[in-house]
Amino acid sequence: MNPTLPVLKASDFGSDQDVRWCPGCGDYSILAQMKKVLPELGVARENLVFVSGIGCSSRFPYYMNTYGMHSIHGRAPAFASGLKITRPDLTVFVITGDGDALSIGGNHLMHCIRRNVDLNIIMFNNSIYGLTKGQYSPTSPQGHVTKSTPVGSLDFPLSPLSVALGAEATFVARSIDFNTKHLGATLLRAAQHKGTSFVEVFQNCNVFNDGAWSYVTDRGTKDDHTLVLEHGQPMIFGKDRDKGIRLNGLIPEVVNLSDTNVDDLLFHNEQTDSPHVAFTLSRMHHPEYPVPIGVFRSVERPTYEKQVGEQIEAIQASKGVGDLQQLFKSGETWTVSE
Amino acid sequence: MVTSTTGNAEPQPRPMETLPGATVRLAGDSGDGMQLLGTQLTNTSALAGNDVATFPDFPAEIRAPRGTRAGVSGFQVQFASEEIFTPGDGLDSLIAMNPAALITNVSDLKPSGILIVNEDSFTEKDLKLAKLEQNPLATDLIEPYRVIRIPMTSLTRGAVEALGLSTKEADRCRNFFAMGLVFWLYSRSLEPTQRFIEAKFGKKPELAEANRRALQAGWNYGETTEEFASTYQVNPAKLEPGTYRNIMGNQALSWGLLTASQQSGKPLFLGSYPITPASDILHELSKYKNFGVQTFQAEDEIAAICSAIGAAFGGSMGVTTSSGPGIALKMEGLGLAIMMELPMLVIDIQRGGPSTGLPTKTEQSDLLQVIFGRNGESPIPVTAARSPSDCFDVAQEAWEIATRLMTPVMILSDGYIANGAEPWKIPDASSLKPIPVHHPSSDEIDQPFLPYQRDDLLARPWAIPGTPNLMHRIGGLEKEDGTGNVSYDPDNHQHMTNTRAQKVANVAKLIGDAEVDGPETGDLLILSWGGTYGACTTASRQLRAEGSEVAHCHLRWLNPFPANLGEVLRRYNQVVIPELNCGQLRMLIRSRYLVDAIGFNKVKGKPFAVRELVERFRSLLSNPVHQS
Ligand code: SF4
Repeated sequence: MNPTLPVLKASDFGSDQDVRWCPGCGDYSILAQMKKVLPELGVARENLVFVSGIGCSSRFPYYMNTYGMHSIHGRAPAFASGLKITRPDLTVFVITGDGDALSIGGNHLMHCIRRNVDLNIIMFNNSIYGLTKGQYSPTSPQGHVTKSTPVGSLDFPLSPLSVALGAEATFVARSIDFNTKHLGATLLRAAQHKGTSFVEVFQNCNVFNDGAWSYVTDRGTKDDHTLVLEHGQPMIFGKDRDKGIRLNGLIPEVVNLSDTNVDDLLFHNEQTDSPHVAFTLSRMHHPEYPVPIGVFRSVERPTYEKQVGEQIEAIQASKGVGDLQQLFKSGETWTVSE
Repeated sequence: MVTSTTGNAEPQPRPMETLPGATVRLAGDSGDGMQLLGTQLTNTSALAGNDVATFPDFPAEIRAPRGTRAGVSGFQVQFASEEIFTPGDGLDSLIAMNPAALITNVSDLKPSGILIVNEDSFTEKDLKLAKLEQNPLATDLIEPYRVIRIPMTSLTRGAVEALGLSTKEADRCRNFFAMGLVFWLYSRSLEPTQRFIEAKFGKKPELAEANRRALQAGWNYGETTEEFASTYQVNPAKLEPGTYRNIMGNQALSWGLLTASQQSGKPLFLGSYPITPASDILHELSKYKNFGVQTFQAEDEIAAICSAIGAAFGGSMGVTTSSGPGIALKMEGLGLAIMMELPMLVIDIQRGGPSTGLPTKTEQSDLLQVIFGRNGESPIPVTAARSPSDCFDVAQEAWEIATRLMTPVMILSDGYIANGAEPWKIPDASSLKPIPVHHPSSDEIDQPFLPYQRDDLLARPWAIPGTPNLMHRIGGLEKEDGTGNVSYDPDNHQHMTNTRAQKVANVAKLIGDAEVDGPETGDLLILSWGGTYGACTTASRQLRAEGSEVAHCHLRWLNPFPANLGEVLRRYNQVVIPELNCGQLRMLIRSRYLVDAIGFNKVKGKPFAVRELVERFRSLLSNPVHQS
């Protein structure tokens, strides 16, 4: 931490605005964890910016005592990109939801990720449109009965992390609203990564889609349904840590440790250049598999804004800093005398 | 008709006629290099001291089917020894490289005008491609003109024969042959074009040599043929003393933006998405990384404006450029910039609409879109450039207003201005007007910081991230005045709606009064905006020279209008508003001032000809629609 900075507490990051999410909403937990980890980041409040789109999650910036922009539906990555490219000194978070990021804003999300602008995109996935009162979203399971799909939705859902990896993401992670410790640690990792970090947070909308993630939050079952990814470690899970993940050809399979050697399990390596295994992990869904949480992928690639700056510096070094008068007079000119 | 094509007859001494000006159109296939020929003729004429104005006119397709009417590409230039404001109406000469070019352009040639055709491209096949049953050269269509048939293809091939080029390569030099001939006809120097060839083809010496030879062969052909009774000369114009260069609209706009950025000390960030006819601004600004310019080719029009707004929030000069269809996509983002009261520029290079419309043709039909085309009460200042070089000034003025009042500003240009060129007197960079911009720091602000506290003109402070103790949140929800906190209070919403409107209205206090060219009162006032400036100026001066009481008022700001406009309008018996749309400014003027303005409207994808304006105005003068 920068020693010249005043030591900040979680409470320093709260704004004076009343938080207006429904009581019991998973958003509260994410807000609390964010405030808790920001002091660890060592960035002054005035250098933090939260940019959001539209939806329940996108009210987030109002509750932070930092700079913030509550923008328009789906476009937060575009606003944040313009801000970060011109102000690389700032730490910029994008707060978005599954509808905001993947439906109306899918295009911006994909391009922001492939450019590797140094933004921390935190996507609250509740698999529903909350703010508009309960329509199905791009992550709702097929057959989801909502006000707009009274006999079940027809569209096949997409997997956010597969999308991010397909868009060449350099940092991809998943966490869960009520797994507070894991969530805090994941947010911190995302913020520390240079480049676009994409974090999917399973978030419970207790009003319109209650229990969507109960299989990974219910005390009794969560350990059997969750695979906590740890870099360099074998993929072991289960309440009794008696199950593991092994690759059978290209397909993962769940095995019992009673008849499988740990060395035969898949070992997690978030730093491999190839995104193939991370992609495979992103395809592991409930109930066939335990759902992986943690950092799927974290690799280095130059950030977009850094390269923008380098191009400018290189050209200024070779051509000199631009001069208007010289520019105006470049090419063919002629003089009219008195 | 006997034509000497040998090129080795003795040069004929020929009379040289001095003309006040000439209008020339070069027309051929879109792959024939007509735009290049036109640009060279323009630059050479400007270097010779003429005033010049151009009108390039090309198809939307990059290579439309060869020989067809749809594939005809044209370039018109007027050069003159007096001040001119348009690329001219009636053509003094037309160069037609094929039958399609002839048939689509010949009606604009003045009677007795010179029609130069490439005779080699009037074969059966060419005629069929142009959907002609008969060779127009064998009909009385060409009767009124001085027709000069030249087998340009074979002459060009002959001129470059010794170089061993393929037929295709040799035929590519045809436009230089035509150029040489036109340059001879108008006594223009070949030198600038020779320099151009060297610069452009220097790395391919055999092509450079071929083009040089073709150019010279065209010139020599003029000298030896007996078909031209005389050559012409256009003396230098009496332009204001100074150093000049030619400038095109989109280039002038780019340089204006660059200048505004330098004069305000705000780094320029352009978020843009490719679209005709605005892309050249993206290309041009992308060259100026040495000025610290950041250009961002976004994934779509929406991201283009949103990234520019993000840049504005961070304290940069955020700009986005597009044309009508792209502007439609940007409107939600623009509404947010209005709500957040951030300074930025949105530039609309208008083209024919609706929908994809006529991408390469000009129109003024986005006026109502940019003034009104958003949800809610969302006023924005709107200004319009009147000519290519004017874009330079408009960009700076718009940025000054945007930063002074903390509002996005819309700049309108159009395809005609964007691609047109005219001489521009190079300003002294050190005498350019500074554009002061202030970002508050925490020691000058009382806590709690009020991001929507306003100054005398209702502008809010531009506090930027990174400034300690001024942390604040902005967004699209209605704001409480002062604090900027979300507010659903009915009275606050009324107050904020009124405040945003009044703030934009306050622009009128900074832009000055509307000025009139011509008498202070009279029979007819021509009210114009944007790219029709040149044609309206020329028409009104012509009518005044004939003794009519006609005045011309050109609007630079379309929202708000200059404070004195209502009073100006009432000083004339009739007000006529010529527009390349169905009457958009007219609708605004009538509703705002209850003045029964008369429209003169055209949507053909082409600018007004001076003669059609003069005709219409004359008829209004002799048969007034409204008697006062
Ligand atoms: S609607 Fe759902 S997501 Fe939105 S605040 Fe309420 S509980 Fe949370």
